[in-house]
Amino acid sequence: MTFLIATTVDEAVAAMSTGSRPIAGGSDLVVGARHGKFALPTDLVAIDRITALRPITTNADGTVRVGALANHAELEVNATIVGGYTALADGAALVGSPATRHVGTLGGNVMNASPAMDTGAPLVVLGASVELRSADATRIVTVGDLWTGPGRTSAAANELCVAVHLPARPAHSGSAYLRLEYRRAMEIAVVGAAASVALNTDGTLAAVEIALTAVAPMILAVTGTSSFAGRTIDDALLAEIAEMAADQATPISDVRASDRYRRHTVGVMARRAVAAAADRAHGVTISVPVNRAQGIGAAR
Amino acid sequence: MSTTVNLRVNGTTYPVTIDEGRNLVSVIRTEVGLTGTKEGCDDCECGACMVLIDGRPVNSCSYLAVQAQDREITTVEGVMNGSELHPLQRNLLEEGGVQCGFCTPGMIMSATALLAANPTPSEEEVRIGLSGNLCRCTGYAKILAAVERTATESAQEMAQA
Repeated sequence: MTFLIATTVDEAVAAMSTGSRPIAGGSDLVVGARHGKFALPTDLVAIDRITALRPITTNADGTVRVGALANHAELEVNATIVGGYTALADGAALVGSPATRHVGTLGGNVMNASPAMDTGAPLVVLGASVELRSADATRIVTVGDLWTGPGRTSAAANELCVAVHLPARPAHSGSAYLRLEYRRAMEIAVVGAAASVALNTDGTLAAVEIALTAVAPMILAVTGTSSFAGRTIDDALLAEIAEMAADQATPISDVRASDRYRRHTVGVMARRAVAAAADRAHGVTISVPVNRAQGIGAAR
Repeated sequence: MSTTVNLRVNGTTYPVTIDEGRNLVSVIRTEVGLTGTKEGCDDCECGACMVLIDGRPVNSCSYLAVQAQDREITTVEGVMNGSELHPLQRNLLEEGGVQCGFCTPGMIMSATALLAANPTPSEEEVRIGLSGNLCRCTGYAKILAAVERTATESAQEMAQA
């Protein structure tokens, strides 16, 4: 086994071009290896000391670049993320425990491609793309094109995720992520839903995007929401949204929940995510994460 | 294959020769020789193995020892002031927050990180701060009381100083 500490992206991608696998915090890699899910890669390149991969920066055009090493603990309090991309902060705040949130990075989370990842649905509704760098090329793919199956991505083995790009937010917009959970920490979403809402100046709906967690082999983007444009956000609309989300979900039954339970509850989560995102778009402050602010999930 | 790296634990540098795949908790316990840090679930769930790396809480069961080289590692042995118990340790004993004691080192490390970042946490914030640590004995209430008492005492000392 070999272990190399990289301090620049060039060093990391050079090592990856000869077969090394990247490790940041190792929270997926080491736990998986210790439980026999897969062997620890023979050659590792540590990327956690590449300081260039850490910052969260707002560009002149209003887009935001989140370095791949931004960890969940930063995302849940970062002013840019909490202010404009609140669903992502909601998701990051629900991940694991304080230790998990310090060790786990957004880049690692994205490349691990779990259909239950709490940052996944937020990234979909926020229109995120991932910057992949190899020794000889850089390309940007949407998260929808990146994830190809549970634990699988379209990235080649020599490509390193160096950043997540977020488009500028529309005027009068808000976003939120909620999950159903049985306990409040070290939990994996039973189901979850993220919503991004943009309002017209008269308060009607300009656009809504919804994505669902843990009800399909990948994070599921709900289709057909453009038909809601121009509608007033009321109970009737929220009921239609819940039904649409439940209809499009293709959940499985497993040790955590039955498919029927998941299908029903993901509709409830979608409705509540849209309502919370709309409240935020109206300027109502709902603290991060929505789960705690609204007492959703496991009771004390 | 193995490699020799320097691990800096509680202010002392330990050169250790280890396999690259070894997890930090095993190296701290068997190579460095500090056995206060416990191995519980080996799955990032229970928090018994919690240490601080550069002041931040880390589950040392699920962290490669080679990743920690040249960083500041703090274990429960590092929180005492000479032979004097850390206030968290004293309050855990006085409040009855220690029964079998297996979770205690991890609880102390998580609470240390919490109080360093947030010296006056609400009860909710203490619960979140300790949410990666399981205790099967106490029912948690006395542990929460000990952490809150430590924060209160520290605030009083600051006010008097």
